[in-house]
Amino acid sequence: MMHGLPSHAMNKPARGSLLGIEHLEDQEILGLLKLARRMNPLKARPLLRNKRIVLLFYEASTRTRSSFEIAATSLGAITTLVQSSGSSIEKGESLLDTGYTLRAVGADAIVIRHPAAGAPHLMAKHLDIPVINAGDGMHEHPSQALLDAFTILKHKKSFKGLQVAIIGDIFHSRVTRSNCHLLAKFGVKITLCGPPEFVPEVSATLAPGLRVSRHIEEALRGADVIMLLRLQKERLAGQKIRLQDYIARYQMTAARLKLARRDAIVMHPGPIIRGLELTAEVADGPQSAIIDEVHNGVPTRMAILARALGKAR
Amino acid sequence: MLRAKNQERKSASLLIKGGHFIDPAAKINAPMDVLLRDGRVAEIALPNKVRGGADEKFDARGLIVSPGFIDLHVHLREPGQSYKETIATGTAAAAAGGFTSVCTMPNTAPVVDSAEWVAWLRHPERGAVVNVFPIAAATRSSRGTALTDFAALQKAGAVAVTDDGKPILDDEIMRAALRLGAELNLPVVQHAEDTRLTEGCSMHEGRTSFRLGLRGMSAAAEANIVDRDVHLAQQLRESRLHVAHISTSDALKAVRRGKRGKARVTCEVTPHHFTLLDEDVGEYNTNFKMNPPLRSASDREAILVALADGTVDAIATDHAPHATHEKEVEFERAAFGITGLETALALAITKLHREHKIPLMRIVELFTAGPARVFDFPGRGSLARGNVADVTIFDPKKRWTFEAGKSRSLSHNTPFDGWQFVGRVVATIVGGRVVYLVD
Repeated sequence: MMHGLPSHAMNKPARGSLLGIEHLEDQEILGLLKLARRMNPLKARPLLRNKRIVLLFYEASTRTRSSFEIAATSLGAITTLVQSSGSSIEKGESLLDTGYTLRAVGADAIVIRHPAAGAPHLMAKHLDIPVINAGDGMHEHPSQALLDAFTILKHKKSFKGLQVAIIGDIFHSRVTRSNCHLLAKFGVKITLCGPPEFVPEVSATLAPGLRVSRHIEEALRGADVIMLLRLQKERLAGQKIRLQDYIARYQMTAARLKLARRDAIVMHPGPIIRGLELTAEVADGPQSAIIDEVHNGVPTRMAILARALGKAR
Repeated sequence: MLRAKNQERKSASLLIKGGHFIDPAAKINAPMDVLLRDGRVAEIALPNKVRGGADEKFDARGLIVSPGFIDLHVHLREPGQSYKETIATGTAAAAAGGFTSVCTMPNTAPVVDSAEWVAWLRHPERGAVVNVFPIAAATRSSRGTALTDFAALQKAGAVAVTDDGKPILDDEIMRAALRLGAELNLPVVQHAEDTRLTEGCSMHEGRTSFRLGLRGMSAAAEANIVDRDVHLAQQLRESRLHVAHISTSDALKAVRRGKRGKARVTCEVTPHHFTLLDEDVGEYNTNFKMNPPLRSASDREAILVALADGTVDAIATDHAPHATHEKEVEFERAAFGITGLETALALAITKLHREHKIPLMRIVELFTAGPARVFDFPGRGSLARGNVADVTIFDPKKRWTFEAGKSRSLSHNTPFDGWQFVGRVVATIVGGRVVYLVD
């Protein structure tokens, strides 16, 4: 084996890895959010000078990739983008062999997005450098949950007593899984809303304080935060659900938004599809925090990278 | 005590003295001495009452002496996948696990769907150290469309037919297989999974699959097929249906219904299904990925009840070796299956006997008389006088730790590495010859 370790070596992830929210301690989350507040991409200190960060992307991405890249370079790191097309991955190289190769060329950390749940965990078990999960299949998207928490705390004083409604295709959503784990740790009450195809009853077992509702009106009543999800049209094939029915029952409209608290914010991990899961009026309205989220992605990911490489001071 | 060098030498007669003899088929559970001569059972007698002399003696004080264990379900990977396992290495692992007979699954490369391949599997050049009973494919290349030549396969030595790894989905093909099997008194083994419902799934559907973001196989995908098959078996009175590695509560209900209705329906359970749960997959540990998948706590409870009450006929390992590079990959891409031959008895004693209080007599039955009734193994499954001298000797109280790295299998894909067990195989005797003796 090229890495010189026994192939069955199953180690703990390297310090600084971020594989998911589920197993993070509350203090680690609060520490990351605090650090993120101190990060300013326009006045960044070169904490990661000469560090090499590989962005290993097996799936398409705009927001996550560009914000990790800007976060890394703002801190003085060198980034390399490796994508499945145009690399040895196309020739059939295994995930672990790709990891060993990137380690051998001198990567100090790997940020990975992969269509298979658990892919970052596999890599972290076998590599001695931090692995950061930038989205794995339907499992978790921890940096998104952290930037969402960061965004919520910019608008709300604390998590205490908050009610959150998450509406849409929960089943396929790694963002929702990470958000539920994070918010539930701080006692937030969460309502998952959508038809059974997207919100199976089992969804409520993910974390404490979760409930399932089939009616958007019920989910919105009293909500402080509304999180919308992209309706993944490609997954509708074969499902019983019809687009027009979904829009009629679950689309976020200005009229429905009135059911939530007056100071409620509307969030969406993007990409948004206007006219489908939300109207343009809501997307561009005063309660929308959607662009804010994208903006907050950079300092949050700066904090994640600084922590990963031991520069979280 | 025999010395290891004797493993290679066939002794004409062997007296197993001082042991506790359990032979469920003969309803014996008592201290007995056993005399083996010329590959057969010569005498079973009360302690020190054996009349014939013996070339060699085996001191079995403190040990259980039982008929040789039969495993109805193993994958020895030959022909075609000898990087995972060979018949020589797989049967060495079987011997270390106390199995004197194993039934090999036909999903090799190529599929064992001809009499020639059945004969090839049984050829002495394969280097088997225990008896190998091939199960042949039920349909050509296991494609599920055209039946194989059951009569020719049976004549060549196949003990059953199956498309294991895949189910026979088509109702008419399954009916035809059971009907032809009935004419020949040949069991049809079904891997019950409605693959139309399980595409892209890599574990059991439930809380854990949702949490991990993995697509789950529903319990219904198994139960629906077992339900249909039991209906067919009830219609075709002489047919013999065997449900492989049954794993769900609802499928067990269907088997019970079939048995009550006097259909010739049998089923087997694996040690991992009576031991582990879906949540044990942890953080994507691929050594906990197999098909059928580890199930819910209520399914495991139903399995334990069915093992105790007689609904389950046999414990079978579904020994499924895979190379490291097939397991150290993304969970969804990892091969299904785990090794199991060397840990089966230890799990049965540790879990079923000590934890769940199932008597040793019943456990031995699940390894001997039970499987011997499922397929036909003339002269095996019981140590009546004149039967084949296949014997398993084990210590039901021995504490030991299983180390995957020391396995005799070519592959080490087991979830039980480092597990502490109670109960260990001491010696395995095939045709009167000691083929395994514990260190």
